[in-house]
Amino acid sequence: MEEVDAEPPLVVVPGADPASRQLCFEWGPAEVLVCETRFDRGGGGDAAPGSSRVFVVRRDQDIYIQTLRKLFNESHGIFVGLQRCEEELAGKSRKAQLVQVSKNYRSVIRACMEDMHRAAAATRDPALHSQYSTQVSILSAMELIWNLCEILFVEAAAAGPLLLRLLDWIRLHVCDVDSMVREVLSSENPSKHKLFWNVVDVFVLQGRMDEARHLLSKEASANPTSMSMYKVLDDLMMKMPVPNLGNTQTLTELELKWQHWHEECQRYLRDGTFASNPHMESICKILGGDENAMLEKKELLTTWYHFLVTRLLYSHPTVKPMELHFYAQSSMDLFLGEESSPEPLDTILMAAFEFELHQVIKECSIALSNWWFVAHLTDLLDHCKLLQSHNLYFGSNMREFLLLEYASGLFSHHSLWQLGVDYFDHCREYGRVYLELHIERIPLNTEQKALKVLRICEQRHMHEQVRSICKIMAMKALRNNRLGSALSWSIRAKDAAFATLISDRFLKDYCERGCFSDLDLIDNLGPSMLLSDRLTFLGKYREFHRLYGEKRFSEAAKLLLMLMTAHIAPCSFWMTLLTDALPLLEQKEVIFSAEQTYELMQCLEDLTAGKPDKQKLLDDDVEIMKVEMLRLALARNLARVIVKEGTLEGS
Amino acid sequence: MEEVSARFVAQKISKARWRPLPAAALQPPDIFATGSWDNEDNRLALWAVGELGSGEYLGEPQLLCDIGHDGDVMDMQFLDQERIVAASSTGSVTVFRHHQNNQTLSVNQRWEKAHYHVDQDTSCGGAACTGVICNNPEIVTVGEDGRINLFRADQKDAVRTIDNADSSTLHAVTFLRTTEILTVNSIGQLKIWDFRQQRNEPSQIFSLTGERVPLHCVDRHPNQQHIVATGGQDGMLSIWDIRQGTMPVSLLNAHEAESEYLDWSREKKAFLEQSTTYLSHNTINQSVVCAWLNNDPTKDRMEITNLIPNQTLSVNSLDVLGPCLVYGTDAEAIYVNRQLFA
Repeated sequence: MEEVDAEPPLVVVPGADPASRQLCFEWGPAEVLVCETRFDRGGGGDAAPGSSRVFVVRRDQDIYIQTLRKLFNESHGIFVGLQRCEEELAGKSRKAQLVQVSKNYRSVIRACMEDMHRAAAATRDPALHSQYSTQVSILSAMELIWNLCEILFVEAAAAGPLLLRLLDWIRLHVCDVDSMVREVLSSENPSKHKLFWNVVDVFVLQGRMDEARHLLSKEASANPTSMSMYKVLDDLMMKMPVPNLGNTQTLTELELKWQHWHEECQRYLRDGTFASNPHMESICKILGGDENAMLEKKELLTTWYHFLVTRLLYSHPTVKPMELHFYAQSSMDLFLGEESSPEPLDTILMAAFEFELHQVIKECSIALSNWWFVAHLTDLLDHCKLLQSHNLYFGSNMREFLLLEYASGLFSHHSLWQLGVDYFDHCREYGRVYLELHIERIPLNTEQKALKVLRICEQRHMHEQVRSICKIMAMKALRNNRLGSALSWSIRAKDAAFATLISDRFLKDYCERGCFSDLDLIDNLGPSMLLSDRLTFLGKYREFHRLYGEKRFSEAAKLLLMLMTAHIAPCSFWMTLLTDALPLLEQKEVIFSAEQTYELMQCLEDLTAGKPDKQKLLDDDVEIMKVEMLRLALARNLARVIVKEGTLEGS
Repeated sequence: MEEVSARFVAQKISKARWRPLPAAALQPPDIFATGSWDNEDNRLALWAVGELGSGEYLGEPQLLCDIGHDGDVMDMQFLDQERIVAASSTGSVTVFRHHQNNQTLSVNQRWEKAHYHVDQDTSCGGAACTGVICNNPEIVTVGEDGRINLFRADQKDAVRTIDNADSSTLHAVTFLRTTEILTVNSIGQLKIWDFRQQRNEPSQIFSLTGERVPLHCVDRHPNQQHIVATGGQDGMLSIWDIRQGTMPVSLLNAHEAESEYLDWSREKKAFLEQSTTYLSHNTINQSVVCAWLNNDPTKDRMEITNLIPNQTLSVNSLDVLGPCLVYGTDAEAIYVNRQLFA
């Protein structure tokens, strides 16, 4: 056994009381059934009969959040697109494609977040409001992690561009300052606003030099006395070398330039150029890479990873991916200090900085209440060929394991099950088995839904499931007395036994009522008639009636006889058939030939003699009468036919 | 296709319908209704699409109002400008009224258990009502119980009921003339019923030869009333001429999977005049094809254009009014295309 990574959470089933009674449970594919037993806790023996309730315990509760359905549906489309897109695309364009997919996922998370935000603002119910707010913060954390993974793993940015990406990441996610910026900028006189310097600091900390300079120029024009000081700072900020994406300069070049600029900053500090203005001095310190000056702005930085990026920007702009974890660890230690311990989000981000992919996925699985995030992220990383080496000691591999978990969750939802199908399709090893297991458990309320499920099974050649769905529908139709529908379904399932059963019902109905129901169906059976012997008989017997109705007596007679001599008709039905022959025998015109009459007689004798329960049959007065009448009719017919055939031959 | 706008609505859409335009209207339709299926609580909703000002189209459809619906919405039709008839999987048929002054929906009339199974075992016994068609004030419904009902919007009871009209499930219905209707069933038959006749028998039966492929949808040509199209489970589109024969005139293998809904355009492109028939339909899954059949007299062949980019899940319903197309999918999204003929 592997040791447990985190203490499993305790789930309290409201209404069930394990203290007084023992609980029993049964595993399902995606949920657990729990019920109270009759045994009480204390001394065994039967307690008074308790509540007869069964609890359904589901995990993956996020699946049931209405506002997240958009996330599931939209990401499903992206997922399927990713599985379909060609792997052949070489190096760069493949990477661009994967980055695009990753961005699409993130934009879905963002859209969902905005919806949730709007919903939170619109609702008046405080409980609902806090629920929405929690969801927003979870989604934003998910996006934060995803974005970092995109930079480090999917795009795998190299030294130089890496810092730019991280800056973008910080600017995108530390957004509570934006409102502050807006407030200051919209005020009448920005430079007099009490938050003015905070805003300048934020811009500097996030490396938004142009915006910071723009603000400072306003302040400068208001203070002509310290113009020169502003000029110096402005100059410094303008000259700051930044890595650019154009690849026109090498890293060494950048490093040299940056070194030079850095020394310039230090020189101004030593000279005390900004000594008269503490705000500007602190900015200059930050530019010079002074960590203490940065930490003084703790509340503006808000998080340790913001601090990390600011620190990298002003002290190690050419940081290599592999060195990240060192700075990350020390930044976290410096920022959080002794007193607070890292939260799950911190651990996850740290694991990402350490390039511990599996650790990231593991921590996310533990911290987040849904499988959506890890399943999609792992799948994307797998497409980046980053997870190849890792195999689990159970199941197939991590990607498949997580996808299966997620899709199983979808299947337990009353209407998201359709999405789950495509996920199972893309799990090579166990997907099909899972699909087979789950698809049988979809409740089939209407034919329309049954047809949808059937379609899914037929496309995947799941014959066993196709058969079972058709059988369920046929049974339902039969129970509703819809014989025609039931027969259609069993023909579709090619279920001979069931077709026989229904054909018998048709024949029974006929015997009772003397007419056929559902003629439109029986008359149009076509080749499907051959599915079962009984169905063939039903079709043929109906054909006999049609021929008889159309007064094509000799054809009808031939068919009737054939039904018996070829043993298509079940023995129990022979009496009915022979009775049907009566009016034909009594026609003015002779219909049965001598040979046919002999065969009919043979049939009648077989029926009366061959039956072990002959006594019972003959006990019935009506039956006796029928047999007698038949014998008489046959004899008379024979007499007439002998005369007729004799005459014909003679002439 | 930038003229298509989409919106995820967090419910699987089974039907989408444009509100009919008043007779003299010149502007394109701006309101449509949707019905959902397979949710725990299904809803019927009305949506507005932005005004088409100066060739520009504003944003995604906006929800006007919605109302709960008992059971899946199996089919839905506008009776007039403000009344919608919805068929439910529980067997009931409901008329909803849209109050335009305060944007609310309310139940105007309901026929409980319009479709039901005669059944000894279960007490409920409602059978899904699969199709509804309106010709104000008449409403015709068909169901899984093979029953045909004729209602009048203002009357409490059915005007006419044909029990056991079909031995299998009736999937769709449409008006042929004011007194005649067309139905399709799950064993590949197309039947014509005449309400003037008192017999409960179809006046004519057409069938596909041999195959017994279930037919899912039916519609007739807007101007040439004798031309009828049906869509089958195998994706085959059949065109029938009801004046002659009992077999389809032409078969078009348009998709790999089932056609769920089809609709003759109510409006033709002016310059193609008589010879154009516009047809759109879709598949129940995978490659969603929306086809446009253009019977060109000079070339005498059909032209099929795919209007909907590849979807992974099925498109359940579509409706065309003028140049505007609306469709809803199992991926819980609705799409509006306002320039179909562009």
